[in-house]
Amino acid sequence: MTEMTTRYDLAVIGAGPAGLAAATLAAERGLTTVLLDEQPVPGGQIYRSVTRNPVRNPGILGGDYWHGADLVGPFRDSGAAYRPGTTVWSVSRALEIGLSRDGAARILPVKHIILATGALERPFPIPGWTLPGVMGAGAAQILLKSSALVPSGRLVMAGTGPLLWLLAWQYLRAGARIDAILDTTPGGNWRAALRHMPGFLRSPYLGKGAALLLDVRRKVKVIGNVTDLRAVGDGALRSVAFRQGGGPERSLPADTLLLHQGVIPNINLANATGCGQHWDEIQRCWVPTVDEWGASSVEGVSIAGDGAGIAGAVAAEHRGRLAALGALHRLGAIGPEERDREAATHRAALAEAQRGRMFLDTLYQPGPDFRVPKDDTIVCRCEEVTAGQVRDAVRLGVGGPNQAKSFLRCGMGPCQGRLCGPTVTEVIADARGVSPAEVGYYRLRPPVKPITLAELASLPKSEDEIHAVLHP
Amino acid sequence: MFQRLPDAAGERVSFTIDGRVAEALAGDTVAAALMANGVVACRTTPVSGAPRAPFCMMGVCFDCLVTIDDVGNRQGCQVTVRPGMRVETQKGAREAAR
Amino acid sequence: MTDVLVIGGGLHGCSAALHLAMRGVSVRVLEKDHAGRHASGVNAGGVRQLGRHLAEVPLSVASMAIWHRIAELVDDDCGFESHGQIRVAETEEELAACRARSDQLTALGFTHEEVVDRAELRRLVPAISGHCVGALVSRRDGAAIPYRTTFAFRRKAASLGARFEEGAAAVRVARAGRNWCVETADDRRFEAPVLLNCAGAWADRIAAQLGEPVPLEVIAPMLMITHRVPPFLKPVVGATGRTLSFKQFPNGTVLIGGGMRGRAAHDENRTELDFAKLAINARTVWDLFPIMRDATINRAWAGIEARMPDDIPVIGPSGTEEGAFHAFGFSAHGFQLGPVVGRILADLVTAGRTDLPIDSFDIRRFRQSAAAA
Repeated sequence: MTEMTTRYDLAVIGAGPAGLAAATLAAERGLTTVLLDEQPVPGGQIYRSVTRNPVRNPGILGGDYWHGADLVGPFRDSGAAYRPGTTVWSVSRALEIGLSRDGAARILPVKHIILATGALERPFPIPGWTLPGVMGAGAAQILLKSSALVPSGRLVMAGTGPLLWLLAWQYLRAGARIDAILDTTPGGNWRAALRHMPGFLRSPYLGKGAALLLDVRRKVKVIGNVTDLRAVGDGALRSVAFRQGGGPERSLPADTLLLHQGVIPNINLANATGCGQHWDEIQRCWVPTVDEWGASSVEGVSIAGDGAGIAGAVAAEHRGRLAALGALHRLGAIGPEERDREAATHRAALAEAQRGRMFLDTLYQPGPDFRVPKDDTIVCRCEEVTAGQVRDAVRLGVGGPNQAKSFLRCGMGPCQGRLCGPTVTEVIADARGVSPAEVGYYRLRPPVKPITLAELASLPKSEDEIHAVLHP
Repeated sequence: MFQRLPDAAGERVSFTIDGRVAEALAGDTVAAALMANGVVACRTTPVSGAPRAPFCMMGVCFDCLVTIDDVGNRQGCQVTVRPGMRVETQKGAREAAR
Repeated sequence: MTDVLVIGGGLHGCSAALHLAMRGVSVRVLEKDHAGRHASGVNAGGVRQLGRHLAEVPLSVASMAIWHRIAELVDDDCGFESHGQIRVAETEEELAACRARSDQLTALGFTHEEVVDRAELRRLVPAISGHCVGALVSRRDGAAIPYRTTFAFRRKAASLGARFEEGAAAVRVARAGRNWCVETADDRRFEAPVLLNCAGAWADRIAAQLGEPVPLEVIAPMLMITHRVPPFLKPVVGATGRTLSFKQFPNGTVLIGGGMRGRAAHDENRTELDFAKLAINARTVWDLFPIMRDATINRAWAGIEARMPDDIPVIGPSGTEEGAFHAFGFSAHGFQLGPVVGRILADLVTAGRTDLPIDSFDIRRFRQSAAAA
């Protein structure tokens, strides 16, 4: 890979599909580009370890996964610099990036920044979700992709959304045993989703998705209409309790419980940068507000991929290319006509990739009980704050997440609200009887990831020192 | 509880967990290697002392904090296992430096 | 009918509302965001008499007496703990300066600051770097939790009948007969015969409408906090020769502050951190507390507040208008004064005078400088 000057035109943060595609296009078109990524290998979470995968049988992960390799090849040939193992902890309005690499921190000034920070699993707060043995289905899928690990012992999967079914399908192909899938999709969602059916019928994913679903349903016990889900155990998971509809409580012994109820944008860096955001009523999450080129409210900062609203991996790469074209235009490398001409094919592909999205978003919208948990449920895993404590604070006059944070410490721990923010917003909104949009979200500040005192103390200011860190 | 697919590709790497010799697959993160070695909880929380295990595997949740080569509070899911690495599970607030 | 309108729901505004409500005065607080949104809710929480400007010392001493019985006032201990505040001397010259300061206070009749030697410093702060030679100590000082404190003042005031209009940004202040009329950005109007300007970083805009512009600087002091570490420190520690405020909370997190400033965009309610300056803070901690060298910074932030050119606040009646009073410009050290400043304002409103010396804080001291600007 080509080494370049420290004066990059463009920094892309995150090496998933959006980031890879954005960096590739920008570098091919002559921008000096650096791709900064926290992982040791490219692919993001969706294509995690795609270049170095320990799973020998490619059929286990499925063809959609291996498409990620099609993005890495062109990226490697593009001339973009690649800095894996780099944690970005700050992006300023002056377009300076605070980063850490190999235990040293630096400030890197650039001319344009594309945030491609992707998605994270939506919090799934149920009683007992902090017990060892309970983890995200997405997390378990990362273990499969990067380490060829599958659950042993009794496995229960619970929740809603495509990823849950995809992982079950992959486990079946890997020979893993699934004791039960507890489907929490609210019954009424089907009716609401039906009106979006026409779009979904033309979706490229319809056939694949339906076949996968049927395959899993044929081989695994699926229990639908699940409510009152609890992880039970003392020190570690022992069983999973639930009700079916309004029925009596049932219990399944379990060693592993994998939870999933969709993904939401990973907005921490954008929020801390000061990018405007809004509440999405359908996807039930905060989404950075961007224009058709991914440009955020902060001049010079664009956001591409699921980090700017969930649309999936294929859409993400097209959004990455559009953001790159926007950056090329903003930096004067191409004119508006050229930008718009080139964008046309990507826009068409994006539209195709997004077809059917409304159907999926509506069908798999988590039910209110799983977004606004009961009083005894921990919502902030870091500071161990319960939903009941948040409600008590609302009764005392606490009106929003930031006051709740100051009052209860929820969101003050190391995850900086990533695992409690959406829940705290919804619990407060529910308690006050207003919309989440009115309640707002945590005001985040850099560092968005912890930085050691040693790293901060050693922060250099000269260009030479910055160069030394990026080009060791 | 997790187990490795029997035909998993890659070299084996030797490291230690709380002083006990353990084996990882090259490319494993510390968090993955702990799970592959049957470690149930990687830490207890500083708030209540409750046990925790890796939850998100992508650097978001900070439940996989462990001490690696004497440096505490490191995200196990963000660090690749290296031969000879010393990983220790954490109890509550990690000891401040000596 | 409202007797007093308070502009600003920070600690001083809430404290004024509380003290007025306790005296049966009908008071309404206009807060543009929510109570404690800015400096009052996010400051370092130091409750400090140590090292105060001489003009502030009598107020600070009076306020400290309230702090030590704060729960009696607001029904909440505000997280206040008194383990002393310590200003470390790294050299003999710095220690000599500490002695001179202590002697100066003693001559004025104040005994709360004392000089301690190396041995006593190490007893008070075992983790301090060995090179430190002594310190200036104020043993009854301490720290509290800022948002909880402001919230407690607000709640107690509200329980006594004070009304809080949150989301009410005062944009226009004018006379309406014998009353003051305040118009808010959302087109509401409030009237009362008495007006208190406790608007913090926005207070100059109110003062200007009273015909007394002030040279107020909007600042954004930065703070950072670590992961939890085992307890190693009780007092709040500062340095003599460089800027630092350092303390450990009972939950184990360590707060590092001391006045390094970020950038404030107060029209947008926004601050930006300056990591090059936080790095200087980090190096100070590195030098003074070797135990911290492995620590991890978890979060950083900055509050928006007002600084006056002479680093002391404006407290007292308007110099131009009857029935208007100011309390702002606390210059990054107003938290400890909050309880007593509310009392002073209530004294001024209800009795026309206060027994604490406030002449040094008269707004008229800026007449010439503001005119020149």
